[in-house]
Amino acid sequence: MSNRVSSLSSQDAANARRQMRRRRTQAFLFVVPLLVFILFAFVAPITTMLFRSVYNPTVAELVPETLAMLEDWEGEDLPDEATITQFAIDMKRMANDRTSGRFADEINRALPGMSSVVKSTARGLRRADDDELAANGAEMLLEKNDRWSNPATWRAIRSAGQVYTSSYYLTAVDMEYDSEGDIVQRDTQIYKQLYTKTLKMALIITGLTMLLGYPLAFYMSQASPATANFLMVFVLLPFWTSLLVRTTAWIALLQAGGVVNSSLLWAGLINEPIELLYNEFSTILAMTHILLPFMVLPLYAVMRGIDASFMRAAISMGSNPIGAWYKIYLPMSLPGLSAGALLVFIISVGYYITPALVGGTDGQMISNIIAFHMQVSNNWELAAALGSLLLILILVLYWLFDRFVGTDNLKLG
Amino acid sequence: MKDTKAEAFLRFDNVKKSYDQQNLVVKGFDMDVQEGEFITLLGPSGSGKTTVLMMLAGFESVTSGDIAISGKSINKTAPNKRNIGMVFQNYALFPHMTVAENLAYPLSVRKMPKAEIKDRVAEYLALVELSAFGDRRPGQLSGGQRQRVALARAMIFQPTLILMDEPLGALDKNLREQMQFEITRLHKQIGFTVIYVTHDQTEALSMSDRIAVFNDGVVQQCAPPAELYERPVNAFVAEFIGENNFVQGRVTRIEGEIAKVETDTGTITTQTSEGLTEGAQCRVSIRPEKLFIHPTTHAHDNALTATFVTRIYVGDFIRYYFRLPDSTDIIVKVLNDLSAPEFEEGAMAQLLSLTKDCIAFAD
Repeated sequence: MSNRVSSLSSQDAANARRQMRRRRTQAFLFVVPLLVFILFAFVAPITTMLFRSVYNPTVAELVPETLAMLEDWEGEDLPDEATITQFAIDMKRMANDRTSGRFADEINRALPGMSSVVKSTARGLRRADDDELAANGAEMLLEKNDRWSNPATWRAIRSAGQVYTSSYYLTAVDMEYDSEGDIVQRDTQIYKQLYTKTLKMALIITGLTMLLGYPLAFYMSQASPATANFLMVFVLLPFWTSLLVRTTAWIALLQAGGVVNSSLLWAGLINEPIELLYNEFSTILAMTHILLPFMVLPLYAVMRGIDASFMRAAISMGSNPIGAWYKIYLPMSLPGLSAGALLVFIISVGYYITPALVGGTDGQMISNIIAFHMQVSNNWELAAALGSLLLILILVLYWLFDRFVGTDNLKLG
Repeated sequence: MKDTKAEAFLRFDNVKKSYDQQNLVVKGFDMDVQEGEFITLLGPSGSGKTTVLMMLAGFESVTSGDIAISGKSINKTAPNKRNIGMVFQNYALFPHMTVAENLAYPLSVRKMPKAEIKDRVAEYLALVELSAFGDRRPGQLSGGQRQRVALARAMIFQPTLILMDEPLGALDKNLREQMQFEITRLHKQIGFTVIYVTHDQTEALSMSDRIAVFNDGVVQQCAPPAELYERPVNAFVAEFIGENNFVQGRVTRIEGEIAKVETDTGTITTQTSEGLTEGAQCRVSIRPEKLFIHPTTHAHDNALTATFVTRIYVGDFIRYYFRLPDSTDIIVKVLNDLSAPEFEEGAMAQLLSLTKDCIAFAD
């Protein structure tokens, strides 16, 4: 029939399009809960963290007028009298609405030792007469403490008053602005050393899990299904017990009066307990134990897919078993190895609980310092900056990994 | 076969294999292979044929007995020192290497100079007609192309023997036939010795010089294809190789090579086989294409009377299903030409055969 053309009519095309759209919508609806969850639990907090590491409005909100007047100040000598007077008025207001403590903390961060100066000055100005303050505020302020006569104090207030600041990032890499506004090394080097140590420990842990996990995964991939399943239970066993329990078990084992030390003492190998706990050693040991499954699982998944015939083929062609392993098996198992290594490395770089429990002071990693700034020193901005740097570090490492190994080589199962 | 030398090129001497210290998987395997021969180990899965191949390659140890190449035992030789090429069912081409690198691998292991490797690789790529594919990865090749690379890789280091473990098992029917031809061509051209394992009897019959039929760890018969098909030594071989009809009967007399067998539908004169005794129960095998439906111009010695059940149109021939009075099914293959008869269901027919096409096996 002539009207039964084989080409697609516009009606057909519209139908096909509508069907496809419906299928897509249905598929999309399945992931909506997850998307919403990720948005709230992942994207939003990380964005907030990144933002917080450069955004610090506290001082700007507390003394906006003073800051506005300080903008014209050259920064060499003391600011003009009007500015200081305005600041004295601000101090009285802060003293009365109990925000001077927050202000003191902020200034202290920029210029150590200022906390008590601000607080005592605020106490002194709380009951000052408004008119007297407006007329004579500068003088009243300056006589409360010598440090108000130092231009460095005012520079500190001005820099703390910046709403957007890179100073937390500088602190996170052990740098600061000096009085002239140049970037210089800080006297105390904490964070760079901590990052290096964290990376070093993560590398050691990754290497150890590789050494332990590769032969095990290989053995499991060659074993009969019954044996492999049996061993798999032992690999997965750690996942069934709480992380806290496993870590505390290490404390029981390693402490001065613990199982290891008392056995060694009993055997006469040592005369007094050796220090096994609360150092780098115990952190690395416990984390290797905890992260081993993350190495074994992807390795096993990949190795199980490598048929025995590849090694046999290589050997039948005259290669010795070690050569065949190096040239054939290793490259073929590399996707599993790199996936495992990447997993273990990234998890251990940001690991918190184990170093916190068994690390002591030696075994602390960067995440413990971040937690410290979140919980103890209340310096969320610095914590955010440290966390952001960690994130950037991991992204850079991932990029390097992608360059040299290639992420299409990753295989998680 | 070439002229038999005093010492066979490859000799299996009473080779046994047990995995669990209780049961033998291979029970006393004996075989002599001449240089340049194409030997197929054929059998159902679990019959021990692959185990024999693995022992020969050195990936399984020999429980007892001896495997010798040119008179020298290789039982204790490491698999990488045996100089045996192998082709696997899954090809086992190294996925992270190009085709040329795959071919170069056995040569570079042997520390051959780079220039020489390059020439040899080019030569063997040309041999399997894949010259343009040297830079491809195995993943970019079709099944047949991969199989040819695997073949070239097994041959390129000029091994003493080439083992093939169901090499065509993963290919579809057309490609399989093409590759059978290819392997036969290369075998004729280069003259290497092949031990070929398969469960596909068509493959075995069309390619081999000799076939060893395995069952239950024992070689049932080792013979050239035609002999295996025409003169099976026992009922297993008769049933396993090709299609066969079996008629139950009793041996009444044996005269030299000829036996008389009494069945429900009359007496059949047959060829004898080993272990057949007068008076004993036996089974007579007749191939479907060696049965003719009366009337026919073919000469015949025996006639069976059977009931027509149905006929199936296959194309180049027609399969007829008959039933004997003891309800044994009999299949007859008739070429699809003018002589193919028509039957009513339940009609009686005379099925004719020659004495030389009937073999009686002890039951």
